[in-house]
Amino acid sequence: MGKKVLMKGNEAIGEAAIRAGCLNYFAYPITPQSEVAEYLSRRMPEVGGVFLQGESEVAVAYMLFGASACGERVFTTSSSPGISLMSEGISYIAGAQCPVVFVNIIRGGPGLGGILPSQGDYFQATKGGGHGDYHLLVMAPASVQEAVEMVMRAFPLAEKYRNPVMILGDGLIGQMMEPVEFPDHLKTEPSNKDDWATSGMDHRKSNKRNLVKSLYLDPKVLNDQNLLLKSKYDQMKREEILYEGYNTDADYKVLIVSYGTMSRVCRTAIDLLKAQGLEVGMLRPQTLFPFPEKAVRDAAWKESCKAVISIEMSMGQMVEDVERCVQGRRPVEWYGKCGGDVPTPEEVMDAVRKIEK
Amino acid sequence: MGKTFTRPKSLAEAHTHYCPGCTHGVIHRLIAEVIDELGISGKTVGIAPVGCAVLAYNYFTFDFQEAAHGRAPAMATGIKRVRPDLMVFTYQGDGDLASIGMGEIVHAANRGEKFTTIFVNNTVYGMTGGQMAPTTMPGQKTTTSPFGRNVEDCGMPIKMAELLSALETPGYITRQTVIRPKYIVKAKKAIKKAFTYQMENRCFSMVELVSTCPTNWGMSPIDAVKWTEEKLLPYYKLGEYKEPV
Ligand SMILES: Cc1ncc(C[n+]2csc(CCOP(=O)(O)OP(=O)(O)O)c2C)c(N)n1
Ligand code: SF4
Repeated sequence: MGKKVLMKGNEAIGEAAIRAGCLNYFAYPITPQSEVAEYLSRRMPEVGGVFLQGESEVAVAYMLFGASACGERVFTTSSSPGISLMSEGISYIAGAQCPVVFVNIIRGGPGLGGILPSQGDYFQATKGGGHGDYHLLVMAPASVQEAVEMVMRAFPLAEKYRNPVMILGDGLIGQMMEPVEFPDHLKTEPSNKDDWATSGMDHRKSNKRNLVKSLYLDPKVLNDQNLLLKSKYDQMKREEILYEGYNTDADYKVLIVSYGTMSRVCRTAIDLLKAQGLEVGMLRPQTLFPFPEKAVRDAAWKESCKAVISIEMSMGQMVEDVERCVQGRRPVEWYGKCGGDVPTPEEVMDAVRKIEK
Repeated sequence: MGKTFTRPKSLAEAHTHYCPGCTHGVIHRLIAEVIDELGISGKTVGIAPVGCAVLAYNYFTFDFQEAAHGRAPAMATGIKRVRPDLMVFTYQGDGDLASIGMGEIVHAANRGEKFTTIFVNNTVYGMTGGQMAPTTMPGQKTTTSPFGRNVEDCGMPIKMAELLSALETPGYITRQTVIRPKYIVKAKKAIKKAFTYQMENRCFSMVELVSTCPTNWGMSPIDAVKWTEEKLLPYYKLGEYKEPV
């Protein structure tokens, strides 16, 4: 373990990628995450890495694609409108099976929305965004330390699956200052990509050329390609699900499902409600895709649990996944706000009280 | 007597999907010859566009990536930034480069990215059935300009070689054609020069090639050559537009 330092989330995210062994960063500025680009514009030259400010997020996505397709580790950071522009490229990157890491520090939407924290990009991140049948592996940190660890884990995961990985944070994760350490054991060597990357035939000492593409005009071949992608998403569901319970040993009457910054407020609310004599449990998905389906279902179906509530800084997106898992056996409610104000513990308590009756 | 004319090693043995009289094939061959002559096939990465040349990788034997429509220069940028030792070229049509990908090509050229662009300007969107392109000539009929390109509505055709030459950043910009043997010799020299500048890590380079699309022009291959000489070459003037200083 390295030593603890006090860092702003955005800067810690940039440093985490370097510590993970990724020395290539392409980006376009956008609030509330421009500090990552500012930080790395200074830091990358120090470590002999690549920093390039592209002309748009559209272009940045393809810079990442080209660089990743020739076998190098690459990543970018952006915020909601920027991710929308990158989504064309993300679809191509997923189709061509390239391991790129994206960080979305979500701001309010739709449109220009606002610059304050939000979780309004849940659908975009977990259900698509770009066209076609693909998924990103999506992780949602609830602290700066967790953001660091997720960024560091993202690179080997992206390489394991040859699939883009997205870290889905909100403006608070990016702007907040917290003590962090960069665990040495999360530094990894890039995997060997000789069997597919266009790294130059000389580089591989082989005379088999490599081709990175997403076009398959033959319907059978395209279907097979999509089955291959699906098998990777199925494997993620078996091997990569992460979640955390809070007060789940208690005989809770209500189960909260919440992630990221919002889940921190929910913890405080759960403590306060406990002091008032009401037991509430929480399931916090750390991976949003794959979604912890069984964990949510089991927690919701617990004997003592009478109702479930999805609390999110959106108008109700994750709640659809929660409903899917609970399968109608308990009432599933939603509470949230998405203008940029994070709901207070009191507001969360009110929302829970309402459904508990 | 040995063979005097053979298939370049960098050119794959494959049946062409290009139409009779289409210049894509000749251009492919020139690129393959240059890459063989420079001995760089083992460190070359080509980038196929979206357009009739989307399957270009079927005709080459070295590494290839396939871009989205217009984005090849951004992909080339990504490769050259992380692997400056690779030799990278984009192969793009006029819809790809001068319409949807205008932003990417201008900025890549302006940053002086050290890759080569082969720009095939046939004045139409070949692959999608001959719609109007930014390079379509005034009055030229296409499937989306059935009465001929109206410059009041659509502006004048864009001259990419001139436009990119106006950038202050050093670069090598040239316009050639391959419609007759005498032009082919010059075009090959230009392609070789572009790759050589890249090998020397000098500058961005673009070879624009005024090309034919007999199929969508509704002409025989021979008429397409004549029309190119009569109508296109006076507007898209051949020559060296910019040299790195
Ligand atoms: C984002 C997007 N928009 C539109 C298309 C459809 N499309 C495919 S090729 C093409 C035009 C290609 O024309 P050009 O670049 O001139 O190349 P050519 O086929 O003439 O060689 C278009 C519009 C696409 N594939 N992707
Ligand atoms: S449609 Fe035009 S550009 Fe495409 S292959 Fe045929 S002749 Fe060539």
